[in-house]
Amino acid sequence: MRIAFQRALSRALTKDKNIIFITGDLGYSAFEPLRDNFPGQYLNAGVAEQNMIGVAAGMALAGKTVFAYSIATFASMRAFEQVRNDVVYHNLPVRIVGVGGGFSYGHMGVTHWALEDMAIMRALPNMAVVVPIDPLETEAVVDFAVRYRGPMYIRLGKAGEKNIFKKPPKFSLGKFSLFTNKGDVAIFGTGSLMQNAFAAAAILYKKGINCRLIGASSVKPVDAALIKKIGAECRLIVSLEEHNVIGGLGSAIAEVLAEKGAYSTLMRLGAPDVYPARIGSQDYLRDTYGLSPDKIALSITRFLKKKRGS
Amino acid sequence: MKRRSLKFYKKEAAAIRKKILIVSHRAKTPHIGSCLSLVEILTVLYFGGILKFLAKRGTGFEKRDRLILSKGHGSLALYSALTEYGLLPPRFLNEYTKNGSFLPAHLTYKPSFGLEAATGSLGHGLPLALGMALAAKYDKKSHRVFAILSDGECDEGSTWEAVLAAAQWGLDNLTVIVDYNKIQSFGRVKDVMDLEPFAKKWESFRWSVKEVDGHDVAALEKALSTIPFRKGHPSVLITHTVKGKGVSFMEDTIDWHYKNPTDDLLEQAIKEVNASL
Repeated sequence: MRIAFQRALSRALTKDKNIIFITGDLGYSAFEPLRDNFPGQYLNAGVAEQNMIGVAAGMALAGKTVFAYSIATFASMRAFEQVRNDVVYHNLPVRIVGVGGGFSYGHMGVTHWALEDMAIMRALPNMAVVVPIDPLETEAVVDFAVRYRGPMYIRLGKAGEKNIFKKPPKFSLGKFSLFTNKGDVAIFGTGSLMQNAFAAAAILYKKGINCRLIGASSVKPVDAALIKKIGAECRLIVSLEEHNVIGGLGSAIAEVLAEKGAYSTLMRLGAPDVYPARIGSQDYLRDTYGLSPDKIALSITRFLKKKRGS
Repeated sequence: MKRRSLKFYKKEAAAIRKKILIVSHRAKTPHIGSCLSLVEILTVLYFGGILKFLAKRGTGFEKRDRLILSKGHGSLALYSALTEYGLLPPRFLNEYTKNGSFLPAHLTYKPSFGLEAATGSLGHGLPLALGMALAAKYDKKSHRVFAILSDGECDEGSTWEAVLAAAQWGLDNLTVIVDYNKIQSFGRVKDVMDLEPFAKKWESFRWSVKEVDGHDVAALEKALSTIPFRKGHPSVLITHTVKGKGVSFMEDTIDWHYKNPTDDLLEQAIKEVNASL
């Protein structure tokens, strides 16, 4: 996703001299082309995220569109008050870009796991929160971010994510991507975890269970119309996110379903509300917290069995 | 540059002081001392012609020098100066902090009235000013950016992140003015978090530094007329000020960071300001 982001941003920087990219001293073996090709549009703010976000806001006050980049935890948490007061309160076109969402930095430890960023950013008025599901959508999100006027938080994975979209999609805020629309179970996924939604659906298909698959990259605003529609049609809705189950996609879907008085039951799959003692790779941590394809499928079959039993 | 007379400055400073006193008395808001220490600085910036193109209308306004009051709790001093200067309509000041009004006790954002950024949480204004100054450099625009900091907010890490970066980026279109009144929120600066050797700190961060008496309008005018102090470096003017300046019983005390005058004390304060003319 980092490379896709770099590629799309390079196009944008070439086209529009008013776009600025600021990094908090990150980008080794990914952003050298930005540094080397765009003097006057590229800035390394050093390891100083509060100043970086303040500078980004100051530049936006002067008419620039700014992409401010760091690891998701640092971008969203270290400089949170700067994001709130300087960017969001002034309603500026600054894109806070957080790399390494969820467990991307698994073995690096808890300081580098972004598990609360979506909740924190979602609470800010008029802040758009976007978590693209693959590299192709990442490019579409950058294309969108260049045109959009309000503040945005963009959460990226890290490296090596596979493409889910067959061809470059178009991204619109508040619109989900409906991949399959058949079945009594619907899985809404964010970020690269969407791959596991597809893999879980394949496992379930073999057991005769059809799943609807929805790419929910627009975490704020969500696609309320689609959630309501599916909430009226499916027995089970599953939210799938590499984030604390509190405050992220699952909560956003719950808000829509509860206010609608939906027929569906919601199952939130995500990180538990506790900091784990054991660390490991992204796949290891996904499996530990029930987010691997097998465990997702198991949670769904268990639910359906229980329903049948009751 | 045309030098203004001492009498002219005194008249404007007194007018701003009276606005601060009367409006804060009416609104029952704190931070009077923090506002009063700023008066001469703002008087020289606005009425000494330091901030250029501010009176322009239309596209000319884009060329204006920008001022960010990073010590947002001094908002009433800025609102008063802008009202006196004619950029902020008097009705706004009359409604300061009233229900449904637009002017809070910490700065709001209304660039068309010269309110360039909302501040209030300390340590935010300098990074914002850096962004503005950097954008001006990138766009090859000649306007300058000023940020007024309190001494208290020089405790903030984000302030020093910005101090470090401004020199790295050679922002000689950026000037910081520190309102060094020596009293912060809950004590004297030297007792709470001593900043000394203060000028040396800025110098060691590669800023060009001058120090003046922050109530000496001639000294302020002289210093601010020579920015950047050194080409290629950001400038900082450390202004030694007195918290509560101009009202004897408010001067150099922590009380008037919080208190609000009674009707009698307001009358006495106004008398003292009038007597300064």
